[in-house]
Amino acid sequence: MALLDIKGLRQRFGGVAALDGADVSVEQGRITGLIGPNGAGKTTLFNAVTGALRPDSGTVTFDGTDITGWRPDRLAEIGLSRTFQIARGLAQLTVIENLMLYGKRQQGETFCAAVLRGKAVRAREEELRGRAIEVARELDIIHVGDNRAIDLSGGQKKLLELGRALMAAPKLIMLDEPAAGINPTLAKKLGEHILALKVRGLTFLIVEHNMGLVAALCDHVVVLAQGKRLAEGRFAELRADRRVQDIYMGHRA
Amino acid sequence: MTSYLIAMATFASIYAILALGLNVMWGMAGMVNLGIVGFYAFGAYISALLTVNAHAPIALGFLAAMIGTAAMGALVTLGIMRLRDDYLAIVTLGFAEVVRIVAENEIWLTRGTDGISGIPQPLKHLLGADFNLAYLIFCLVIVALTLFVLERVRTSPFGRVLRAIREDAQVAAFAGKDVLKFKVKAFALGGALAGLAGALYAHYTSYIVPEIYVPLLTIYIFLALTAGGIGNNFGAVIGAFVVVFFLESTRFLIGVVPWLSAEQLAALREFLVGLGLLLVLYARPRGLMPEPLPRLAGPS
Repeated sequence: MALLDIKGLRQRFGGVAALDGADVSVEQGRITGLIGPNGAGKTTLFNAVTGALRPDSGTVTFDGTDITGWRPDRLAEIGLSRTFQIARGLAQLTVIENLMLYGKRQQGETFCAAVLRGKAVRAREEELRGRAIEVARELDIIHVGDNRAIDLSGGQKKLLELGRALMAAPKLIMLDEPAAGINPTLAKKLGEHILALKVRGLTFLIVEHNMGLVAALCDHVVVLAQGKRLAEGRFAELRADRRVQDIYMGHRA
Repeated sequence: MTSYLIAMATFASIYAILALGLNVMWGMAGMVNLGIVGFYAFGAYISALLTVNAHAPIALGFLAAMIGTAAMGALVTLGIMRLRDDYLAIVTLGFAEVVRIVAENEIWLTRGTDGISGIPQPLKHLLGADFNLAYLIFCLVIVALTLFVLERVRTSPFGRVLRAIREDAQVAAFAGKDVLKFKVKAFALGGALAGLAGALYAHYTSYIVPEIYVPLLTIYIFLALTAGGIGNNFGAVIGAFVVVFFLESTRFLIGVVPWLSAEQLAALREFLVGLGLLLVLYARPRGLMPEPLPRLAGPS
């Protein structure tokens, strides 16, 4: 059974149907790629699934639960995490704080617990700190752990985004153009991190324009065009598909 | 002179509590409250009316002022939850004016522009001439307590969520936080502190009128926090004292530049306040005391 199942998703902006009955399904334990030309509706699909937008119709099922139109905080609670196309660091928080924020079950998030600061609160905080350090070490951003997110390089910000998604201990991570705006060496490294996480059982849905990375990472690729699924399959098969070539290269006369 | 200094330090302490309240709302949670003076007025009137009209004990007045302004803060946030962030500034500015105009016109309740006099001063009959000094100490203790509580808030997971919302509310939502709930709490907490400051003022001067609660006061509190360091609780306190010191010391200009008229001097003071802020921010763009960051990456 698919971990994430998107059926007939529609999202209109005025007269434009950004999503026109899109179907995408993400199998457990796999890396699914979502490709398509600019304006195909990839980011809109991300936003409609993760509660940043309210879809007009269609259903989104995650791990057997209908999550259509759910708020982002509830999605985080049940194990769905996402990153953004342009890395959105919490600029004035340090790297470790950025990571710790994403931890679940934070008893210290109520006013009274914050002021009283009981044993359980402190213990959980220390636990989260340990986990954050572990994640930062793994992603090789521990040396900038006490720096503010705004002071990181573009690549480090991307790694931090991935790290934050990991801190939430999700079942599925949706990555919106993880390799955009970073150098090829770092993109390759990012790809290695993602593969390593897949081996540990994480599932990914990735929007990416870097076809080399898509080929290297994705087990399954869905092509989106004009708000609909155009084709799906293995990347090598799709590359040979005339319809897919057409939407990227333009139609033949 | 001593009694003048004591009075100024008391006002500075009251402003410090307002600045601390603003630091929760704006400094930590990033919500612009241009109506903090409205909360201040609301708190003052609640406590004054309860103690004068209903003869309630002063402590009860204080408590009611805090609960009332906290509830008002929560209501304001819920009322504008569907609006974009910048509307909060406009709505709160309007809110403060509404509070002042209601106080001016609902004479049956607030005695209008005559104001409320004879607000009881705690232990005045026992302290006599020592009242002012004792009240200053009382205010300073409250500032210290508030600082303690807010420092705990700032360095807790709760404070971390507020600061995350300030940076990017959508990211905070994806981190699993119920953003609206935290915004309501931040506004309630900040509102309660403004209400506390209002009650402190009312029971100190024993007299309140609507005309005290003009938008300029809100600007001074913003000034205090900006100069002191947005997001820094200690900065809020320092900033409040600096602003009061600055406002008061420029009063003595009259002795230095006798050729200017009183009106010109008043305008010059506002000028100097603006210039002072510019200089502080030029030398220290993030205020006298920038928001401190925890060092967490080291070994446990």
